[in-house]
Amino acid sequence: MAMTMSGEQQLAAPREKVWAMLNDPAVLKSCIPGCETLDVIGENEFMAVATNRIGPVKARFKGKVRLTDLDPPNGYKISGEGDGGVAGFAKGGASVNLTDKDGGTLLSYNVEAQIGGKLAQLGQRLVNGAAKKLADDFFVRFAAAVKG
Amino acid sequence: MTATGIGAAVRRKEDFRFITGKGQYTDDVTRPGETRAMFVRSPHAHAKIKSIDTAAASGMPGVLEVLTGAELASDKIGNLICGWMINSKDGTPMKMAAHPALAVGKACHVGDAVAVVVAETLAQAKDAAEKVKVDYEVLPAVIDPAKAQSAAAIHELAPNNTIYQWHLGDAKAADAAIKSAKHVTRLDIVNNRLVPNAMEPRVAIGDYDTGTQNFTLWNTTQNPHVARLVIAAFVGMAPEHKLRVIAPDVGGGFGSKIFIYPEEVVCLWASKRVGRPVKWTCDRSEAFVTDAHGRDHVTHAEMAFGDDGKITAIKVKTVANLGAYMSTFSSSVPTYLYATLLSGQYDIPAIYCEVDAVYTNTVPVDAYRGAGRPEATFVVERLVEVGARELGIDPADLRRRNFIKSFPHQTPVIMAYDAGDYNASLKKASEIADVKGFGKRKRDSARVGKLRGLGYSNYIEACGIAPSQAVGSLGAGVGLWESAEVRVNPTGSVEVLTGCHQHGQGHETTFAQVVADRLGIPIDNISIVHGDTDKVQFGMGTYGSRSGAVGISAIVKALDKVEAKAKKVAAFMLEAAEGDIEFKDGKFTVAGTDKAAAWGEVTLNAYIAHKFTGAQLEPGLKEGAFYDPTNFTFPAGCHICEVEIDPETGHTDIVGWTAVDDFGTVINPMIVEGQVHGGVAQGVGQAMLENAVYNSDGQLVSGSFMDYTMPRADDLPSLKVDMTVTKCPGNPLGIKGCGEAGAIAAPAAVINAITDAIGTEDLAMPATSQAVWAAIRRVAKMQQAAE
Repeated sequence: MAMTMSGEQQLAAPREKVWAMLNDPAVLKSCIPGCETLDVIGENEFMAVATNRIGPVKARFKGKVRLTDLDPPNGYKISGEGDGGVAGFAKGGASVNLTDKDGGTLLSYNVEAQIGGKLAQLGQRLVNGAAKKLADDFFVRFAAAVKG
Repeated sequence: MTATGIGAAVRRKEDFRFITGKGQYTDDVTRPGETRAMFVRSPHAHAKIKSIDTAAASGMPGVLEVLTGAELASDKIGNLICGWMINSKDGTPMKMAAHPALAVGKACHVGDAVAVVVAETLAQAKDAAEKVKVDYEVLPAVIDPAKAQSAAAIHELAPNNTIYQWHLGDAKAADAAIKSAKHVTRLDIVNNRLVPNAMEPRVAIGDYDTGTQNFTLWNTTQNPHVARLVIAAFVGMAPEHKLRVIAPDVGGGFGSKIFIYPEEVVCLWASKRVGRPVKWTCDRSEAFVTDAHGRDHVTHAEMAFGDDGKITAIKVKTVANLGAYMSTFSSSVPTYLYATLLSGQYDIPAIYCEVDAVYTNTVPVDAYRGAGRPEATFVVERLVEVGARELGIDPADLRRRNFIKSFPHQTPVIMAYDAGDYNASLKKASEIADVKGFGKRKRDSARVGKLRGLGYSNYIEACGIAPSQAVGSLGAGVGLWESAEVRVNPTGSVEVLTGCHQHGQGHETTFAQVVADRLGIPIDNISIVHGDTDKVQFGMGTYGSRSGAVGISAIVKALDKVEAKAKKVAAFMLEAAEGDIEFKDGKFTVAGTDKAAAWGEVTLNAYIAHKFTGAQLEPGLKEGAFYDPTNFTFPAGCHICEVEIDPETGHTDIVGWTAVDDFGTVINPMIVEGQVHGGVAQGVGQAMLENAVYNSDGQLVSGSFMDYTMPRADDLPSLKVDMTVTKCPGNPLGIKGCGEAGAIAAPAAVINAITDAIGTEDLAMPATSQAVWAAIRRVAKMQQAAE
């Protein structure tokens, strides 16, 4: 039972620049909430470690982050699967779309997230809020990075 | 009745240690050199285990062992079993899938144990558990029991996830009666899934003695001997004489501590591997996804009525969710503990019940307070109540017209009711609940914008579980007698060893009352010993409201033997014929004379053996007995619930609760009342608050007390508890049993009351404020549409 949500951010930069930054591992690392490492392990594939808290459960997630459905410079899908050890797992992804707007770029996203194990047991009713906050954090940071 | 004898409201002897914090629970036990276990559990409902990498965990500080299903298999540790064989209607045996103590190959529910870490400290075990890497391939999960039979099989041996397709009764007779009925009431019922939530979570300590090669298991169990038998004979951990099981103080069970669980097996096994004691203490979150759950039935039920509201048939089809594996007694709960009670308190000529038991990727489901009988009562009492409403007959009157009035009564579904007076309990309950004044109270509620409803539940249960031959013929793998040993000390004090186990029932008091009453000695001179397989030779444990009817009966039988032997001793002392010795109020007398000997003099003489030779009489005074009941017992009664509902919010207040129960002979009315209180609270919990909810991925989303609502004191009114008594003719004291009655009676009473208030039968448990509010809105919409 996945939870879904969407949002958008107006960015003061041209679409090509936004696209380039969306594909820059250093930018992604600085934007993924709680991200400790993000190592390139293949084409459009990274190994990430991030520590996050969902409700009462704090977990260090380890897992792959993948970029798929690449459509430069219009958008892609960023998805990840995190193994939180004893806390369970979290999976999720966001479809990101870029369009020209008001001399800048409108970034819109649709997020889907799923959790399991102790995270789901204790944090199910908190997951929507937590996932929304994580997604918002990501894109707010990304907007800041774009602003530079 | 003496101040401490049968029928006296003696204060519980055990409470002093509990309320002063001196209880000794399993977690209070610390063994020298103890290590701690932490289980790694599947976060997925259904997943292939591709690999488990334990290397990193094994290298962590303090770690002694990291074990998986692979080591379990190579050490040839056997699977857990379900001990009650149920055959399908086509004669094929139930499909019992392998249940290893640690998952082998795949995990079948969230919480399924896939590995265990044993370390010096709990913190080290937890840290290392984080390092166990399990590579899962997630498989589609089967969650909804109603859809399980059309889903891919979880276990290869059970196509369509069907464990058995069982039936009981006469289908043709039921169909014919329904066809020719004046009226048929039909209901679709979901009996909601519950999490037992005993106050004390489960704990196990495995302790292997490398010197003697003996195992000891300290365990939160309701039946230490059954645990030993299963772990010895089926799991194959050790021969029975090399395994001692100790169940010290246990803080509530409600059925969930009957079963043999993976963790206790693993602690024993791991203890042998590391050569040190291994302790595991379950935390609350872990308990939610590992303790066997209760109920979880999906049912379609029909009741046929003939002239004058006479019930002519009941026909039931139930799908019972048994979860991912078959727990110890799970197969019996939706079959012989359920369908056999579908006659309720009523004379019903034709009954037919079909039960399909299914596997799902959820925690195993097994007996929970009432076990099958709450589900049966809910079916029968909802049908009767709704039938009365549909027929325009007063629900109490409809019940009266159909009551069984002569005993013994053979129902069409195995049970032979031995004694009862259902009209008496209905009458008394109606008076106490002031049913006559309900109309006025309803009008008063209406004046302040509230809805008011009244609901009955006339339940019956089969307790005193159970006659061994009878349950054997129905598939049980064990006999269900009970044992007792009465050890009289030279000074006349007494220890009673019982195979029953107390975990809240107050046996240390009630059992002692029976002995005090019989021997005429102070209750403080009697100790009740239980919960240790090295002390008590064998016993079947405590569940199914059996400790009074079966356990006390065994004690009475042993007391008979003690009295007979003591009379022989007294005869030598008083130089009289054995047949002339009378025993009363703790004194032996010679009939027709003033010669007498006190209890303590006789017991001393039994041991000093100065008055008789060894050839004449064996010294000592100690007798044992095994008591096997001849029939189930049939406690029954009438509970009446009155509710007031705020239609704007759906908030439902239980404003009145009357319980009039017939438990046969009552040993301690205060303890019995307490049992009724607890049972009703749990039944109200099921009806209004509690629900184990899985999402479609198989995640337990009501997996903590944040989301799983337990009943609290302010959810209940002051209960009015009273009794009627017809003695059980089947056991020496006429006891029927009281432990489960409240939980059996309550859900139907609550839902009957709420549906009476809101005017729709379309209301599922738990009837939360939100559910009641939504039902009220549905009724309003329908009324608007009709206008």
